[in-house]
Amino acid sequence: MALLEVRNLTKHFPVRDDLLSGKGARVHAVDDVSFTIDRGETLGLVGESGSGKSTTGRSILRLIEPTSGEIVFDGEDVMRLDRGSLRRIRRDMQIIFQDPYASLDPRMTVERIVSEGIVIHGLATSAGERRERVAALLTTVGLSADSMRRYAHEFSGGQRQRIGIARALAVNPKLIVADEPVSALDVSIQAQIINLLEDLQQQFELAYLFIAHDLSVVEHISRRVAVMYMGRIVEIAPARALYDNPTHPYTEALLSSVPIADPTVKRARVLLEGDLPSPVNPPSGCRFHTRCPIAVPSCAQNEQVLKEVAPGHWVACQVRA
Amino acid sequence: MTERLLEVRNLDAQFVTRAGPVHAVDGVDLHIDQGETLGIIGESGCGKSVTALSIMRLIERPGRVVAGEIIYKGKNLAALSSKQMRRIRGKEISMIFQDPMTSLNPVVRCGEQIAEALVLHEGLRWSDALARAVEMLTLVRIPDARRRAREYPHQLSGGMRQRVMIAIALSCNPKLLIADEPTTALDVTIQAQILELLNSLKRRLDMAVLLITHDMGVIAETAQRVIVMYAAKVVEEAPVEELFRDPLHPYTQGLLRSIPRIDLTAKDRQRLATIPGTVPSLKGDIAPGCRFATRCPFVMPVCSYKTPPLTEPRPGHRVACWLY
Repeated sequence: MALLEVRNLTKHFPVRDDLLSGKGARVHAVDDVSFTIDRGETLGLVGESGSGKSTTGRSILRLIEPTSGEIVFDGEDVMRLDRGSLRRIRRDMQIIFQDPYASLDPRMTVERIVSEGIVIHGLATSAGERRERVAALLTTVGLSADSMRRYAHEFSGGQRQRIGIARALAVNPKLIVADEPVSALDVSIQAQIINLLEDLQQQFELAYLFIAHDLSVVEHISRRVAVMYMGRIVEIAPARALYDNPTHPYTEALLSSVPIADPTVKRARVLLEGDLPSPVNPPSGCRFHTRCPIAVPSCAQNEQVLKEVAPGHWVACQVRA
Repeated sequence: MTERLLEVRNLDAQFVTRAGPVHAVDGVDLHIDQGETLGIIGESGCGKSVTALSIMRLIERPGRVVAGEIIYKGKNLAALSSKQMRRIRGKEISMIFQDPMTSLNPVVRCGEQIAEALVLHEGLRWSDALARAVEMLTLVRIPDARRRAREYPHQLSGGMRQRVMIAIALSCNPKLLIADEPTTALDVTIQAQILELLNSLKRRLDMAVLLITHDMGVIAETAQRVIVMYAAKVVEEAPVEELFRDPLHPYTQGLLRSIPRIDLTAKDRQRLATIPGTVPSLKGDIAPGCRFATRCPFVMPVCSYKTPPLTEPRPGHRVACWLY
């Protein structure tokens, strides 16, 4: 059984005070998104700004209240939980954020930041035990145990991300939603954090929902990858299959847009025309049809559903699948 | 023989802080030939942006250029008056930045912002300048340019705003365009559009480009020659293909190995190589020695007390490392 099962997740944000679209307009941030994550597995979620990938991640923890859909985590229906039970289940589902500067309280010592979850969930019986646990966690993420007495602002970006990871690990979670965890870091530091996340996964049998806009990073760390465009998953496949055999024309364009760090590689590039349409008024039918190089007239009418083109490889495109 | 357009010699720039001076750029030498693209790559705080701002004389207090020459077509820009510099800036040398929203004026229509530069530098009449502005917007492939010219920056998407920035920068046919992380704030499909646009305009207008980025992929696809900066210094310089095929400096080698590559099919997933540790502080007096020494896998005794000079072990390939 999957650790996490998301079915038909939808989140619409109301747009207020918008003279042009009038009252009652809604941004379709996430629309009918379904996927599963197994124990110890990494699912990558890629897409450009506004694709709904972060909203999806936050909805799973109900940090954002979904409009509709089902979220089943470890056999429990997350959508039906009251506040108390939600707190309990968040012990098993943690999140780390992109900006290690904004997500750590500068007035708190590292010890307090990391031990907050231990206190809330009563995971230590004495102050001494709590401190020991914090020291062990800091060592696990590659920081010295005595950094617990310092404040977050005294650390560099990469070290702060390690503190954020230690905080998430403190409650022994089964799933970590990693929302652009390395995007704000320099490449040499980025590699350190990616390796750390991989080691921790091995050690603690963690599952990750790894959200990022950087396709190279996602391919490196994920077992399977889902591609989002304007609130929808357009393709989901085992990582290597997606990169070797991208089937949705959007995935193809996305992959061919990534600059390759090798000047001798010359590739045919699929350049997309135009910009992202407005999410308040998304295109009818397939939302990609306004920019799609292979669209046919019926793409503007037909909603696309995911179809399986190879084992585990699903594509929402009527032309290709 | 290609003509030298710009030559920077021994550039030093500092920022004065309460904790003492920060040496943001330390003895940087570089040159750009007519029509070529020079890339500067490095991580945050390595001095690549400050180098660019110093060339443009746009560095602001508490920062200042403390030493060095910036020779453009035989003239030392560092010695020009502010008034003389204004005639160069925007006309001979233009610059585009990472975030177009901070460099565009939010209350002036896009077309008028381009026209202003044309009136100032080319002495065009306002109506002619406006007509030329629409041509420029067409040149940077903004659809429906006539209508867009009458819109304000906030009405455009990020990619369109960067196109407007490029149109302003190119309006007076500069000989050199300095592009500081021009696509970093953009999505990858929009980045591909903008890089392709810059490449084709560069060829068409025969200008040189100084491209500053932290992205090895962007450098590989855009630059002909590359400078690698680390902790305020140039550590390596080479033609782009040679740099990627045979990097000499241990920092460059580490950097290239630490990026995940989607174009390579690894049989089993490889672990990323990392560079241990972090960048040294540039505050106060910096002791002599190689600044990469504490993170370097090949460190030798000499590295800790003697600063390696830039040497040229192969024609056109320079490196600051005691290994060579």
